[in-house]
Amino acid sequence: MNVTVCVKQIPDPNQNYELVDGRLKRDVAQSVLDPGDEFGVETALKLTEASGGEVTVVSMGPAKAMEAVRRALSMGAAKGILVTDDALAGADALATATVLAAAIKRNPFDLVICGVESTDGYTGVVPSMLAELLGVPQATFVKHLELDGDTLKIQRQTTRGYDVVTCPLPAVMTVTAGVNEPRYPTFKGIMQAKSKPVEELSLGDLGLSGDDAKATQSVAGVNPAPARGAGEIVADDGSGAAKIADFLKEAKVI
Amino acid sequence: MAKIWVYAELDSHGNLEKTSLEILTKARSLGGTVEAVALGPGANAAAGPLGEHGATTVYACEDAVFTDFIGQPAAHVLHNLVQEHKPNLLLFPFTYDARDIAGRLAAKTGSTVMGSVTDLPNDTTAQTQIFGGSTVVDVSLDGPDPKIALIRPKAFDAEPSGGSATTVTVAADVPDDAKMAKRVERIEEEQSGPKLEEAPVIVSGGRGLQDPSNFKLLEELAGAIGNAAVGATRAVVDAGWVPYAMQIGQTGKTVKPKVYLAIGISGATQHIVGMKSSDRIIAINKDPEAPIFQLADLGIVGDALKVVPALTQEVKSRKG
Repeated sequence: MNVTVCVKQIPDPNQNYELVDGRLKRDVAQSVLDPGDEFGVETALKLTEASGGEVTVVSMGPAKAMEAVRRALSMGAAKGILVTDDALAGADALATATVLAAAIKRNPFDLVICGVESTDGYTGVVPSMLAELLGVPQATFVKHLELDGDTLKIQRQTTRGYDVVTCPLPAVMTVTAGVNEPRYPTFKGIMQAKSKPVEELSLGDLGLSGDDAKATQSVAGVNPAPARGAGEIVADDGSGAAKIADFLKEAKVI
Repeated sequence: MAKIWVYAELDSHGNLEKTSLEILTKARSLGGTVEAVALGPGANAAAGPLGEHGATTVYACEDAVFTDFIGQPAAHVLHNLVQEHKPNLLLFPFTYDARDIAGRLAAKTGSTVMGSVTDLPNDTTAQTQIFGGSTVVDVSLDGPDPKIALIRPKAFDAEPSGGSATTVTVAADVPDDAKMAKRVERIEEEQSGPKLEEAPVIVSGGRGLQDPSNFKLLEELAGAIGNAAVGATRAVVDAGWVPYAMQIGQTGKTVKPKVYLAIGISGATQHIVGMKSSDRIIAINKDPEAPIFQLADLGIVGDALKVVPALTQEVKSRKG
């Protein structure tokens, strides 16, 4: 089966950032492949290792986002596509989904895999938009999967536990961070990734124009959140438990 | 005047999720016409409380197709409804099912979608919080109607207005190609004791507990306090230490207890957005630089594995 994985390069979530004119200052930020996407890459690799076919990685972002594509290739994906275009700066979820769908359609696919949500934006609606634009069903929030012929059988996370869902291929699937243990790229994998085929495409290459990717929302204001009163932070010298008990008593919960 | 719609989510037992009433309460305050849509078994019964919280009309359909299949049937029927009735703003709860439906609908209508919304300053602006809740961003919603916003649970308090709604029955004309991803079984992993969303005290654990077996210490503490529930971060849930039903955060539950004890939790944004509205926050963490301490009313820099058992004893002795 052929699997396409959507990945995103994001600012390293372990750093501190600032907003300039309502946008994250991405150029100064150290960027990484979204850790949540590694689970999707791993899922795709496992599926193709078991049943043949190849893994294509698709991304949208500035030219340097090719690093994230290469990272996925070094894990074992076969080829990559990066859509990069000045007109995409500030793209929102629907613009992103429109571009990704156009890029995905360039190759035959049985399954498209995404993370549940990006670790920087957290909106989590691009995958269902993609499913709609590609005209396929969606198997979302997957924490366990089995493939039975042309049907996925998944465990879909819910707030109360999980649902068992069956979904015919082709489909869009989103995987949670609990679905597997992503492999580290080997030295050999990193070397091989350098010569794997990658395409860098503009909107025009996809038959799209700036209007197709126009953002429909904009930042109107950025303000500090109302601060909570400064708390009392103390090193535990053996009296920590008693301090907490006093606090619970004062809050009238014991 | 704007026409505002609220998508009312029904749970697996056909009960109305309370977050729908919270959203209705806010929608009412924005002025204009407020209506609701409820799809699936329990929809007709939901019209009662939806009306009491400000919906003047409830578009309802009892058909099980909406719960049997993921996302597509609801997006299909909603698309027909919004084309016919032309709401300006459509509000969903920020839940698993609603994300699937809203994304699909937006791709059909070309609407903007704003996720993780914590407030609505007016009917064309949505507010969200970034950088672990330290920064508030106002986002102007443009493009074709309906603008779509997904609202975080517990962002608003639900208050009845004493009204009642007219129920309009909607036909479940869902094509076969929208009946694909089929829900065949629901597994509920609810814990014993009070529910996380309702417990006045939550004892929550993260990676700092070092080993899944140490969650027992949190259960003992919760037991000693009484009327307390145990929660967890995404990191330990993903690692398989505890069930998904215990997850608090962006993906997971949003809670607002009187007291939240964050134990061995560093304070990743993913977790903080699910608990930062708690009345009081206590943090225990070895790392004095952990971001959770910036939220804490009381922070103990120390070894959770020592402090928690001592606290359990202390609580027991004080309660006599």
